[in-house]
Amino acid sequence: MGCGNEDREGRPDALVSLGFVFIFRSMDEVLAKKLRILADAAKYDASCASSGAPKRAAGKDGIGSTTGAGICHAYTPDGRCVSLLKILLTNWCLFDCAYCVNRRSSNVPRAKFTVEEVVNLTLNFYKRNYIEGLFLSSGIIKSPDHTMELMTRVAKSLRRDHGFAGYIHLKSIPEASPWLIEEAGLYADRLSINVELPTEASLGRLAPEKDGAAIQGAMAQIGERIVQAKAEKRRFAPAGHSTQVIVGADDTTDAALIAKSELLYGSVGLKRVYYSAFSPIPDGSRILPLKAPPLAREHRLYQADWLLRYYEFSAEEVASASEGGMLALDIDPKLAWALKYRERFPVDVNTADREMLLRVPGLGARAVDRIVKARKHTTLRLDDVARLTSSLKRARPFLIAADHRPVGLTDRQDLRARLVEPAQQLSLF
Amino acid sequence: MAGRILPSPSAGEGGPRTILLRPGADLTGFRDAARRLAASGARPEAVTWSVESAPGLFGSDGAPDADRPLSLPRAVVDLIPQVVPHRDPERYSLLYTLIWRSLHGERHLMEVASDPVVHRLSRMAKAIRRDLHKMHAFLRFHRVEDAAGERFVAWFEPDHHILEAAAPFFVRRFAGMRWTILTPEGRAVWDGTALTYGPPGSRSDVPEGDGFEAGWQTYYETTFNPARVNPKAMRAEMPKKYWRNMPETAAIPALLRGAADRTAQMIEREPTVPARREPARAVAAMADQDPNSLDELNAIIRKTEPLVPGATQAVLGEGPLGATLAFVGEQPGDQEDLKGRPFVGPAGQLLSRAMAEAGIDREASYLTNAVKHFKFTLRGKRRIHEKPTAGEVSHYRWWLDRELDFVAPKLVVALGATAVLALTGKSIPITRARGPFRFDRRDNRFQGFITVHPSYLLRLPDEAKEEAYAAFLDDLKRIAALGAELAA
Repeated sequence: MGCGNEDREGRPDALVSLGFVFIFRSMDEVLAKKLRILADAAKYDASCASSGAPKRAAGKDGIGSTTGAGICHAYTPDGRCVSLLKILLTNWCLFDCAYCVNRRSSNVPRAKFTVEEVVNLTLNFYKRNYIEGLFLSSGIIKSPDHTMELMTRVAKSLRRDHGFAGYIHLKSIPEASPWLIEEAGLYADRLSINVELPTEASLGRLAPEKDGAAIQGAMAQIGERIVQAKAEKRRFAPAGHSTQVIVGADDTTDAALIAKSELLYGSVGLKRVYYSAFSPIPDGSRILPLKAPPLAREHRLYQADWLLRYYEFSAEEVASASEGGMLALDIDPKLAWALKYRERFPVDVNTADREMLLRVPGLGARAVDRIVKARKHTTLRLDDVARLTSSLKRARPFLIAADHRPVGLTDRQDLRARLVEPAQQLSLF
Repeated sequence: MAGRILPSPSAGEGGPRTILLRPGADLTGFRDAARRLAASGARPEAVTWSVESAPGLFGSDGAPDADRPLSLPRAVVDLIPQVVPHRDPERYSLLYTLIWRSLHGERHLMEVASDPVVHRLSRMAKAIRRDLHKMHAFLRFHRVEDAAGERFVAWFEPDHHILEAAAPFFVRRFAGMRWTILTPEGRAVWDGTALTYGPPGSRSDVPEGDGFEAGWQTYYETTFNPARVNPKAMRAEMPKKYWRNMPETAAIPALLRGAADRTAQMIEREPTVPARREPARAVAAMADQDPNSLDELNAIIRKTEPLVPGATQAVLGEGPLGATLAFVGEQPGDQEDLKGRPFVGPAGQLLSRAMAEAGIDREASYLTNAVKHFKFTLRGKRRIHEKPTAGEVSHYRWWLDRELDFVAPKLVVALGATAVLALTGKSIPITRARGPFRFDRRDNRFQGFITVHPSYLLRLPDEAKEEAYAAFLDDLKRIAALGAELAA
């Protein structure tokens, strides 16, 4: 598999010129084969969001809009959302990161799209309402700058030549020259740079070509520019920036991961941290464990992350309810915190502060908002609370309502056992 | 169109009444009827809502209250169109109950989310939002060609009466396409300029196959990670009822059947011998991607599109490497933009004159700008210079840093506030910092000097010009002396 320039020949019918827009009537086999390789190579990136962009509509002859919240156009049997066309420009790569299916020493088949091929795939999938836009990433070929320039050309061509107003997420290359990031932000809705490994030691061992300082510097640059552009009402990655850390490829604890996330949310203004359970890959490296991905752990990390972002928890508080720095797998981190600090409960739904209601297991942020609003006009009974949250069973032992007081329940030794979710059996149809 | 109120023969004012509405989402009919009922004091329990498809029954009955809007809380007004498309026959009576209670002592009813009526209506609204969202997400267009060219056609079966609520999304998104959406209850047609509704269609109206469908299936199959199989989560978000109209779902059974084996294979497979790709030279070349000379840097700047749109060309710095003095201005002006050279407009000419008077050789100095592209607003035919924002200065400062690295001057002169911002990363008032200054930024450490931008002198009223020019000249003389000292 080489680059895509030669495969134009011998298929005169594949391209139909329609003014400026080239439309593939159908996908030929070579392009389909490349798509198979380069989508497979991209799927280990957990980010799927198409959210956060300002609402836009297509221009008169253009296509593309953004809705603010983003749309999942399909779900695959792993339960994950298909929102953006998530592909690599190429899976050839000069780097040799042990956890990565595309590392240069891996034996996977290789391919490379041309800029035009990515543009056409995006437009044609978009027109059929398959996707919200493009999430383009790439292995590093020739040099980080060369690769970053190609990726930016894709985004620029979509915007400029085709009036495309859909979502574009570019995975930036931290080793690329800083001016290339300045340019990429003008066309992309979101930029992201993956931390991948949370410590310098792990980077040194598993990703020898990567440089923690370069990653940090590029994230700070993007973060600063997003804030400036917002203040100046200019366009620069309006949907913000995000990152991904791999869970389970090294021995970093959950507490350390959450602390790292808190630091990143605060210092460089990240919108999201994605946690990606290290997943066995075809042709895995010798120095990594080949085992099923720690999905339960990943799930608990996402819940802990939500506590940071929406529930006014600090990383330290989340960690204080863990065991040796690891989150419990059988209960969620909010419940773990409540069980550890039982003396703070029960909480009266009719009088407690919003902040304390947010700490009640089973009450989501939206349920808390509804409670605070409703209790201005009425005194809430347990039946009322049942209509405001879908998990009353978990909330009940921690709540006081007009007709309910959990006598002694919070003190029961077996409370934890009573609230543990039955182990989830992942079964096929 | 107003819903029609059928009077019951035996009933007087406030007696039982029946309201007839159109099938589907009859928002206008409901609104008119609700206004009249509320105005006449009809209690919710006395009203029967009924849907009638015979067309002859409709039309305004001329009741005077139909046009008189009710004063309802905003939240109630907003909720009505969100619930009317629901297929639950009770939706109208529940809505009218909400209206009635909001008007009779419970103005804040919508805030009481725990109230059974509010709760039920909110759930209906949520069901409609979900139905709309799923239609926006799961509808699939097929490309066909007709006499006018490309056209896209889709068949979709929503749970509720949402075609008209859903269509505007597709107009915003696919404005530049011609498309038709067919449903069992009606169709929406967009011709590129107008949206029209028409009769229902059937699935067989949509041709089978589309050149890109197979490609999409390929993508869908490939993006699935067999090590993470979780069909329950998939079905919760993408219930099976949608599958038959989504081409990619044909692959699901096979993907699930093969998942366990594929994962086991990946785990059990012995690690293979790593590919012998140790491209030491390529990796080294990669690290050496930075421009190695000012010419290489300038080539990059020249080929990069303006980060501030509108400029004719990039205006690069000018002057010898190793110059004792480097002058940093703000950004090119109108003339500089056209000629492609820095400091050639009126401010540049003033600078040249002052430099000559201060005994500085312009040819031996390096002149550049913080921002390399002209930014302007068009007023008539005149391009009026516009000051770069702090963010724009940041976009460009990497180049300035590298440029000064290559030139390696003895003294860097910041002309005006923008240059100071670019060299220090901070906003520092010129009046306070004017004079010698040390620019310390990352790897760049330069002896510096801060003074005004010559364009500032041009903007002053005549009576102030002379004094300001003398002060500027004074600065340049100090700069010349400082430069000579540092070069010695």
